[in-house]
Amino acid sequence: MTPLRQLTTGSRARLISLGGDHGFRRRLMELGLLPGTELRVVRRVDTAQLVELECRGAHLSLRQSEANQLVVTPL
Amino acid sequence: MAEEQPLVAVAGNPNTGKTTLFNALTGARQKVGNYPGITVDRHEGKLRLPDGGQVRIVDVPGSYSLSARSEEEQLALRAICGLPPHEAPDLVIAVVDATQLARNLYLVLQLIETEVPVVVALNMIDRLEGRGLTLDSRALERALEVPVVEVCARTGEGLERLEAALAQVLADPARGRPGMRWSLDDPLLEADVAAIEAELPVEWRPGESGRRRALALWALLSIDDQDELIGIPERLRETVTARRRLAQAAGRDLDLEVVSRRYGWIDSLAPTFLREASHRRGLSERVDALLLHPFLGFTLFLILMGVVFQSLFSWSDPAIGAIETSFDSLSGWVQRVLPEGLGRDFITEGLIAGVGSVLVFLPQILLLFLFIALMEDTGYMARVAFLMDRIMRSLGLHGRAFVPMMSGFACAVPAVMATRTMERRRDRLLTMMVVPLMTCAARLPVYTLVIGALFPPSEVLGFLPLQGLMMVGLYLFSTLMALVAAGVLSRTILRGPKVPLILELPSYRWPQPTGVLRTMLEKAWVFVAGAGTVILLCTIGLWLLLSFPREAQGEAHLTERRAAIEAAEATPETEAELAALDSELAALRLQESYAGRVGHALEPVIAPLGFDWKIGIGLIGSFAAREVFVATMGLVYGVGEEADEGSATLRERIRSQTHADGRPVYSPLVGISLLAFFALACQCLSTLAAVKRETGGWRWPGFMLAYMTLLAWGTSFVIYQGGRFLGFE
Repeated sequence: MTPLRQLTTGSRARLISLGGDHGFRRRLMELGLLPGTELRVVRRVDTAQLVELECRGAHLSLRQSEANQLVVTPL
Repeated sequence: MAEEQPLVAVAGNPNTGKTTLFNALTGARQKVGNYPGITVDRHEGKLRLPDGGQVRIVDVPGSYSLSARSEEEQLALRAICGLPPHEAPDLVIAVVDATQLARNLYLVLQLIETEVPVVVALNMIDRLEGRGLTLDSRALERALEVPVVEVCARTGEGLERLEAALAQVLADPARGRPGMRWSLDDPLLEADVAAIEAELPVEWRPGESGRRRALALWALLSIDDQDELIGIPERLRETVTARRRLAQAAGRDLDLEVVSRRYGWIDSLAPTFLREASHRRGLSERVDALLLHPFLGFTLFLILMGVVFQSLFSWSDPAIGAIETSFDSLSGWVQRVLPEGLGRDFITEGLIAGVGSVLVFLPQILLLFLFIALMEDTGYMARVAFLMDRIMRSLGLHGRAFVPMMSGFACAVPAVMATRTMERRRDRLLTMMVVPLMTCAARLPVYTLVIGALFPPSEVLGFLPLQGLMMVGLYLFSTLMALVAAGVLSRTILRGPKVPLILELPSYRWPQPTGVLRTMLEKAWVFVAGAGTVILLCTIGLWLLLSFPREAQGEAHLTERRAAIEAAEATPETEAELAALDSELAALRLQESYAGRVGHALEPVIAPLGFDWKIGIGLIGSFAAREVFVATMGLVYGVGEEADEGSATLRERIRSQTHADGRPVYSPLVGISLLAFFALACQCLSTLAAVKRETGGWRWPGFMLAYMTLLAWGTSFVIYQGGRFLGFE
């Protein structure tokens, strides 16, 4: 189990839990990022401090600081 | 009776082709307005069904879910359930992107829960194959128990079948209203929902038990101590908060319980209608490797922005010139055919000039929205937010605010309209408030005149031209001030909760020419109808101030001399003398007009900035548009109103103006003070009118005028008084 921070570009992981404020968590879950869901890190852009995830065929970008509230197990 | 025609709402996730489908269904007959009480576009059109009936179709803003944290997000629920003041639709078309089925079905499940009859329009079927997916829409229909129609919004394929399904469900609503597809299936959750159901306000018309459940689930997931929702009764808020707190204490996660039940239903049935043969990465991901590249992507973005800026700044020029010329010649024609007098002046200087001053914005509006529509349609706008998020966030601005801010360098009016690409009201307001600080094209003639008149060409450090350097300095100064203002406003008046970024990067797609054209024309129309009337009225009002009373005291000796010269034989000398007399007469009349008197009355206020009352008249005139300052100063100084910023005579007059005690009015210090004032003051009625239209009232344009005027006055005061203290004149 590790925060999303540890994942490198291209790696896959299974979501364990989500933190963050209520609205943020709820919206991510409604977009399909539920515990148990598989995701892939498409790219990290450190200069922009963003990370792009693919989950259920959709591409979502999150700020790295906020994405670190997602705990995953690497696959 | 138009109002009795059934109302059909079109809902769906963003980027599903919802707008394309809406346009395909309604054709050209659309009207655009705002949803009641909120500045979100509401498009309505008409559609004739195969059974002969006619329905009204309304576009609901795209959303991933009905649950909400802001007033804007709340609109989806209110429009679909018809919560007052919204009209309740008789049917909802749920537009679904077949390539993102699970996520889209989440919203479909919520729509079905509201008990509004639903018809699913399954769009983008043609893209399934490329993703290695196969979909059985009949099986999906059996699972959802509402009609599912495959369509291709772009080509219009499947529209007849969709229209037939609409007619069937409107005739028999039960066919689109199967009831909640999943169950709470937990006594604890049942109890939570039941407790909230009991507190739903009467005006939400909970109606049948199903609708009540949907509203309670919405409240349970949406209400928290940070939400910015409107119209939530205190009792309901307290109940939800109490239930959430109790659940949390018991180690339960209510959001997860509800959301995972909906997804549980989708995931358990998905194998019956969806097969994934092979997972393929889309072309978009490879394109993004370039366009989101930290260096290359950013460079390409800046080049694109350079093209947008260049088009607003230069390419729009011929069209603007053509509009100005045609209104001038119309004016000239009226002057020839109508007898001299007040009526003719009103038509030429008030009405025609006023309409011209509205239409002159159209080239830039059309061009800016051409680019914005292309960026939105292709999916590039989401990448703009990606690239700019970090920089803009440090100033409290939204990543998308970059495009309007940059457009502000050409003209604030289209830039203010472009703030609608941001969803949250706070983000829009903040951007609108700082956009007019960017150096717009209308300031350039003023800068050119003042710099040209007061700062003779010379070199700094032996090689840098002073005049050019000052121009660059003014651009940097205005940009810096806009960024500072954004930073200050976002931490004070427009402070809001920090919103985490969840940015979907949709697949790239080709833009649709008809859709792009429609957006451009619609924005142009919205501007002419909304802001245009205000601009026209204000322009006429300003003309009245500048040209009444018609005759100045003490103009008798001038008119007598004029008559005497006219009576004599015409020679080149008398022609010149006549022209000089006319200019003198115009100057005298302007000085004694109402605007002139206001300029006089303003003098104590602007004297500490180094300005005399003649400059005060120029400041009043420049409200019509900043560049009018040049023509007004031409009038005031008796050069005639045709003087432009390059006029040597006008520059000479400016340099030779003296106060009563013989000191020159204009020194380099006064020049800098005047430049700073023009850089910062909100001398633009059209911008104020556009902000009024976008915010739905006079409060924000009033605030903008006040803060920018104070900022301008304060800065000029510090420059002039500070300069004098340091020994400059």
